[in-house]
Amino acid sequence: MTDWIEICSLEDIPRLGARVVRNDDGDIALFRTSQDEVFALRDRCPHKEGPLSQGIVHGKRVTCPLHNLVMDLTEGKAVAPDEGCAAVYPVKVEGNNVLIALRAVVNSE
Amino acid sequence: MKEKLVLVGNGMAGIRTLEELLKVSPDLYDITVFGDEPFGNYNRILLSPVLAGEKNLDEIMLNEEQWYVENGITLHTDKTVVKIDRNNRRVIATDGATERYDRLLLATGSHPIVLPVPGNDLGGVVTFRNIRDVQTMLEISEKHKQALVIGGGLLGLEAANALKQQGMYVTVVHLVDSLMERQLDSEAAAMLKETLEKRGIQFLMETTTEAFLGEEKVRGARFKGGLEIAADLVVMAVGIRPNTGLAKEANIYCERGIIVNDTMQTYDGRIYAVGECVQHKGQVYGLVAPLFEQAKVCANHLAQLGHVYYQGSVTCSKLKVTGVDLFSTGDFVGDDTTEDIVMKDRAKGVYKKIVLKENRIQGAVMFGDTVDGNWYYQLLRDQTDISHMRNQLLYGQSHLGDSGHGGADAVAEMGDEVEVCGCNGVCKGDIVKAVTSKGLFTLDDVRDHTKASSSCGSCTGLVEQILTFTLGGDYSEAPKEKPLCKCTDYTHDAVRQTIRKQRLTSIRAVMDYLEYRTPDGCHVCRPAINYYLISTWPDVVADDPRSRFVNERVHANIQKDGTFSVVPRIWGGVALPGELRAIANVAEKFSVSMVKITGGQRIGLFGVRKENLPGVWAELNEAGMVSGHAYGKALRTVKTCVGKEWCRFGTQLSVQMGVRLEKLVWGSSMPHKFKMAVSGCPRNCAEATVKDFGVVAVESGWELHVGGNGGVKVRATDLLCKVDTEEEVLEYGCAFVQLYREGAHYQERTAPWIERVGFSYVKQQIVEGVENRKALFERFMESQNYVQKDPWAERTGKGGIEQHEFMPLERSSVHD
Repeated sequence: MTDWIEICSLEDIPRLGARVVRNDDGDIALFRTSQDEVFALRDRCPHKEGPLSQGIVHGKRVTCPLHNLVMDLTEGKAVAPDEGCAAVYPVKVEGNNVLIALRAVVNSE
Repeated sequence: MKEKLVLVGNGMAGIRTLEELLKVSPDLYDITVFGDEPFGNYNRILLSPVLAGEKNLDEIMLNEEQWYVENGITLHTDKTVVKIDRNNRRVIATDGATERYDRLLLATGSHPIVLPVPGNDLGGVVTFRNIRDVQTMLEISEKHKQALVIGGGLLGLEAANALKQQGMYVTVVHLVDSLMERQLDSEAAAMLKETLEKRGIQFLMETTTEAFLGEEKVRGARFKGGLEIAADLVVMAVGIRPNTGLAKEANIYCERGIIVNDTMQTYDGRIYAVGECVQHKGQVYGLVAPLFEQAKVCANHLAQLGHVYYQGSVTCSKLKVTGVDLFSTGDFVGDDTTEDIVMKDRAKGVYKKIVLKENRIQGAVMFGDTVDGNWYYQLLRDQTDISHMRNQLLYGQSHLGDSGHGGADAVAEMGDEVEVCGCNGVCKGDIVKAVTSKGLFTLDDVRDHTKASSSCGSCTGLVEQILTFTLGGDYSEAPKEKPLCKCTDYTHDAVRQTIRKQRLTSIRAVMDYLEYRTPDGCHVCRPAINYYLISTWPDVVADDPRSRFVNERVHANIQKDGTFSVVPRIWGGVALPGELRAIANVAEKFSVSMVKITGGQRIGLFGVRKENLPGVWAELNEAGMVSGHAYGKALRTVKTCVGKEWCRFGTQLSVQMGVRLEKLVWGSSMPHKFKMAVSGCPRNCAEATVKDFGVVAVESGWELHVGGNGGVKVRATDLLCKVDTEEEVLEYGCAFVQLYREGAHYQERTAPWIERVGFSYVKQQIVEGVENRKALFERFMESQNYVQKDPWAERTGKGGIEQHEFMPLERSSVHD
């Protein structure tokens, strides 16, 4: 069973923007696309640990604000030819509520 | 069902078109390729190094058969298409196999000209076009010694040099008195001949071949006048001719090549053609760069986008002979209307000639030192006004104050461990390795794979040189007008014009109008479009925070650890004691990690956590301070010296001038950051001559300087003019800012902008056109009405905007 935790409502995250969720195991970045999909990644770029939550969101991607590495939000992987990955957290939107499962899906290359 | 696309010709131009097409529309077509060689696509340009034994076949393969499989492409190797049946839209191959098409792409290339003399069909008489030819030559060179190369052009000389390296005695026979007469002037040709003679290659100039001698195998050649020479191998390299047979036979209009329009379509709209087989506006191209440009256009049209056009190419040539540096481009001969700049040092084997017309490069030819070839080529294609660097032009780019990474070392001599890109720590060896192992062709490829030249860009020239050096020649493919980003093919100027003409007022509208490839752009184009919108329609368009880089969105500067820096505006670099006290208080209250005097006469607070930003700002606001925009593409600092008020040398009130300028210009959104300075006398203690807009006081008034830069690439300002009053300084300054805001590309500093548009243009707009200057000034003042609001004050307190930016969602506050 996945433990879903209610985090915020959809409007709390700006379209093509992000919010940071404080978490004991490290911050989580919560992204909202222009199509109102929501994704959650560990808020740490695999390149130099930049806060992904501060990046520009486009399509289902975010560009890290430090050195422009582009991350795919669905898989938590850097877009080729860059390499690297960040943990992905399952997210669902129920009605207006955004829920997140804090057990991260750790992906590997 | 997918439409069927058939490609005839499995060479570089055709496959490049498919690659470009797959990039844009991967699923549009069912693709079939016919090639008459038994391989995948290989790099034909590198045949010379293969012949010379410097590379092997595997190293020059571009697309292995695996590539075709992965992309769902059906490949027929070793199969020649002999007929196009246009009525039934199908092609027929030698073995009778047929393939239906909805669209057909002809990339049939060209074939070498065979001299119509007796004996041209003897064994050992070959042309130099494909792998089979190379294999024949290598076989003969193993057992025999005497080689004859007919033709002293690019290809002939490469073959001659390669065969020499294989241990043969080589004689080159040339029809006229000057080698490579289409690429070199007589001076450079003579130096080339001398160099090759020193390597042991012999030449027979002004010599016409009459017959090849021998029974089955060639054993020699006879020339006009009766001279005979022994030969075990004859290489004919006298030119190429486009392969038009297939097209002609299907009644597709051909002249020298297959005639195509600007979208690479032949007279039959379903049939496209690219590469060496093509004739566009009277021109036939045999070099790679133009073929790749054609491929891009053709792919765009095949993908049903149809918004780019082929406008012909300016080409450059290089000889791929190791140790012989030679470069030529454009019209290097000139005529009555042109001027030459020439440098010649026969002893050192260096010769450079640049042909100019009205201070713009028309052509260049270089021998011995070609390090700046690509730079001249770029200046030629951009038709850059070179008047300001005319007297240094021949000494190359490194003499123009390119700090750090000038082109001073010839790329060839650089060790693999030499760092090329200082920002990302990329060495020459990394680039060479990436280019060869991953099959990279363009600057963009190299940027993506190695990160070299992707940060500050100062090493771009060097990276391009390494790219050209590694690939052996003519690859400099960077398009003349670069698209905004990978989401679109439109250029900065095109996007801006569209916004103006179509009266577009939102990013969405721009993307829809330009038929964007991506759902909502990317981090490169969104900020650019946002800027073009707000600078074009200041009274209508609202800024889009989601299309701003984090710094401009949260009005502070992100640091490597994710904290931010805060720099309040210190007008003209003059602080009041109360302001300093407030800065000290806020630093202590919020445990700021470092208080640093910045390079721009201000004070920076480093290590501020994002959620504390509004609190820090509120206290600074309280003491009367506002944002210094130290994070933005906007006016940064106005540096001043104390001037006449205190200094015994001062001639004017420089502090007052600086403060007045800053009060007028702050808050304006610009293409890039913008720095100003005011010095009180020509000793110039405020270093105004490396600023975007610099003012230097003199006894009789003020000198105005523009386009300086002290950063990546140092550039001293150009002197715009001299004015008498402070009011004039303000008017000229604001007019200059507005001209820059309206004309420069997003992310382009004033220095490269001025070099692009030419200083004379700026001068004419601001100094000579009085009406124009006044209009620019008015437009600037109008736009300032909407932006001179302190962004910090807008975000503090209860009614602050964008509060969600600064508040994390607390996990503890959520109900489980």
